[in-house]
Amino acid sequence: MRSRKVFSAMMAGVGLAGLTLMAPLTGAAAQEGKAGGTLKLLANAAAGTIDPHINYTLQYFQINYILYDGLVTFRKTGDKTGFEVVADLAESLPKPDDGGKKYVFTLRKGIKFSDGSDLTTADVVASFQRMFKISGPTTGTLYNGIVGADKCLKTPATCTLEGGVVADEAASTVTFNLVAPDPDFLQKISIPHAAILPAEAPLKDAGTVPIPGTGPYMIASYDPNSLLKMVRNPHFKEWSKEAQPAGYPDEIDYGFGLTDEAAVTAVENGQADWMFDPPPADRLAELGTKYAKQVSVHPLTAMWYAPMNTNLAPFNDIRVRQAVNYAIDRAAVVKLFGGSNLAQPSCQILPPNFPSYAPYCPFTANPGEKWSAPDLEKAKALVAASGTAGQEVTIITEDTAVSKSIGVYLQDVLNGLGYKTSVKPISQNIQFTYIQNTNNKVQISVSQWFQDYPAPSNFLQVLFSCASFNPGSDASVNISGFCDKAIDQKMVEAQTATIADPAKGAELWTAVDKAVTDAAPVAVLFTPKRIDLISPRLKNFVFSPQFYWIMSQSWVE
Amino acid sequence: MDNLSAGQALVRSHRGAEGPWRTAWRKLRADRAAIMAFGVLVLITAASLAAPLYARYVAETDPFATNLNGEVVIHGETRQVLEPSTEGLGLGFTPLGPTWDFGPYMLGADNQGRDVAARLLYGGRNSLLIAGAAALICLGLATLLGVVSGFFGGLVDTLLSRILDVLWAFPIFLLAISLSIVLITQSITIGPIEIRSGSLWLPIFIIGIVYVPYVARPIRGHVLSLMQAEFVTAAIGIGASPWRILLYDILPNVITRVIVFVPLILALNMMTESSLSFLSIGVQPPDASWGTIIQDGQGLLYSRPIVALAPGLAIVISVLALNILGDGVRDALDPKSSIRVA
Repeated sequence: MRSRKVFSAMMAGVGLAGLTLMAPLTGAAAQEGKAGGTLKLLANAAAGTIDPHINYTLQYFQINYILYDGLVTFRKTGDKTGFEVVADLAESLPKPDDGGKKYVFTLRKGIKFSDGSDLTTADVVASFQRMFKISGPTTGTLYNGIVGADKCLKTPATCTLEGGVVADEAASTVTFNLVAPDPDFLQKISIPHAAILPAEAPLKDAGTVPIPGTGPYMIASYDPNSLLKMVRNPHFKEWSKEAQPAGYPDEIDYGFGLTDEAAVTAVENGQADWMFDPPPADRLAELGTKYAKQVSVHPLTAMWYAPMNTNLAPFNDIRVRQAVNYAIDRAAVVKLFGGSNLAQPSCQILPPNFPSYAPYCPFTANPGEKWSAPDLEKAKALVAASGTAGQEVTIITEDTAVSKSIGVYLQDVLNGLGYKTSVKPISQNIQFTYIQNTNNKVQISVSQWFQDYPAPSNFLQVLFSCASFNPGSDASVNISGFCDKAIDQKMVEAQTATIADPAKGAELWTAVDKAVTDAAPVAVLFTPKRIDLISPRLKNFVFSPQFYWIMSQSWVE
Repeated sequence: MDNLSAGQALVRSHRGAEGPWRTAWRKLRADRAAIMAFGVLVLITAASLAAPLYARYVAETDPFATNLNGEVVIHGETRQVLEPSTEGLGLGFTPLGPTWDFGPYMLGADNQGRDVAARLLYGGRNSLLIAGAAALICLGLATLLGVVSGFFGGLVDTLLSRILDVLWAFPIFLLAISLSIVLITQSITIGPIEIRSGSLWLPIFIIGIVYVPYVARPIRGHVLSLMQAEFVTAAIGIGASPWRILLYDILPNVITRVIVFVPLILALNMMTESSLSFLSIGVQPPDASWGTIIQDGQGLLYSRPIVALAPGLAIVISVLALNILGDGVRDALDPKSSIRVA
């Protein structure tokens, strides 16, 4: 997932293992929570539809986790166990059966939606059917392994998932049957796209009309031009503190429209409690000094990268893609993002502290585990060997300051390699889908990927498998159009091995990571960190590696 | 020879009198504000044209290349072009501020580590080039359409006037932005002419088009009034051909009005170009214009406001000078008119 605009997946990883600047904000476990009050959040703009089965942005994933529940979820905690899957609407975590192809969930009793209706097994079945009927953005990549999914993908309107999702109302169970064992299945159904909604939920994008949920809060009103207002769900009763704890604030107001600069000032002054967007670069030094106590920095399992179209010249030549990787001064790019305290250079696909991660960097002056410096001579030699110098190249970036400045830097790099390069910044609202669609003939772009769930497949399979490449579609997250049958086979082997022998599976995924990195369908630039600025009155800022800030667990004074 | 007839004396006195151009020039010279404005514009143009020399010999830098790891010696001290924050949490980098010395980074650096002063001069070159070329296109087209429409009248006038009405119906900036968004990402091919995406010709072409109705209409009206003038009636009366009337009676009288439009259209073009470039749909990176530099500086308003202020000031001074000069030219050439554009 991508940041506001399509964010994918939440954060990650590293969480707490890595650098965490700012001590005073967290670790308030000993404090007594103070219920009540209104939490005031700010974002530059709304993030589109509030339909949890459709919205694929971090901005709304973050609130959907307190509005909706799935059968399972990630543990809502501020330590590294935040990556663990726990039972949510299900009574317990099921053990896979039938060689890893069958999962039976038993629903908890007495849970109600925010409209007062009871949660039933029919709602679960209808929710999974709905995901396909409305052509949810991840049905083809995350949920295509459910029996019957192939038919649903072909003809969404008549989707039944027959044999794939089966309810037994009397026993209060729902059985999932998979086409093949999937070690990541529970993680995949832990994200908001698998939220359980009332069976009566509209079979179209809900847009700005809230759909009832089971979380501690519900949406009272939503105007994408001004405000999203969340209030307590009157029918919520805490059933699992680790899955869905009750919240502290009575109301959460998410305001839209202020610029980043204005939002920083508002939070500094206590007029708002938090801002979604990263603070603008020219305020970072001020925040790091005058307002250091209100700032927290956390590593993410994510990457900023430059996808190169492996089906278009000059990047259909592996030597050119490798040359770009050799030529990029990643330390310089890190400066554009805010410096080494906000990002770390990287040249491999999997981010640090992620499952199967093993440090690897072939594209540096001294190839080995870490990037050290660009190797321009090698890069120029590769371009010369490819005979592509002099060709025209267009870089597509978002029209944000950081993305554009990285684009201008890459333009400089490509010009230095002998190409005639131009940069086209386009609105961040459309850039991510624009660069995915092969009809737009995008050669190279600047993009980001944030983890949806903590498994290597979320980076390697989702971004680089042949199945993720859908020519002519806006939903083709394999932006490079990379399709290597041999590497695809290795992914399947890694996936299969993980079920029987997780250690062996992890090894295979590490090998896949190296293979994809060597093929250079993208130039990984750096691993970013998340910077959060909060107001002085906000207490108990809990940062989960999966959810980022768990807003329901903070209170205001 | 001392006994000249009254008629002969009149002819002699007329021969000694100054012509309309000389009169206009005399009036313009007497207008101190206009002359000062002209001087300012000459200075700005000269400075902009000297951009390559400044970049090479004073700034000693390539203003289009990123310089993120660069260092520079200022007052004997070696400093990084992008200075890291070393206090507190150590977040962010701040570009070098103005040194105010006539040398490298006189106005500081932008977020790519480029010399702002050098880019300002290059930006001025592009802004002036686009404004000037677009003014030529606009005035040329507008004069052609206005004269043809007013002179030939009838169906030609109706047709051309309706076309201008359609263009007029769109707010200028909406039209310019729409055209830019559509054209900026792709090349345009018109017969043998190909304008590549990112070319300066795209903003020139777009800006040149959008103001045509605002100039063509007054010119058409002026031609219509000239057609009723006595000297035109007299020319028709003595059997002059339409082409002779057009070339010798109408055009010379229209030219003065067109000249009055020059500084005014230049000023408008300059502002339009800056606006489009600010919105990323004018001059494309790494090329610079005053609009793109303001956009670069927008993200540095808090820490390095000079990056946005310098080009903003340059636009204000240039547009102000052009308007003052425009008033002077109007007073000199066409004192009865009250031309306003847009």
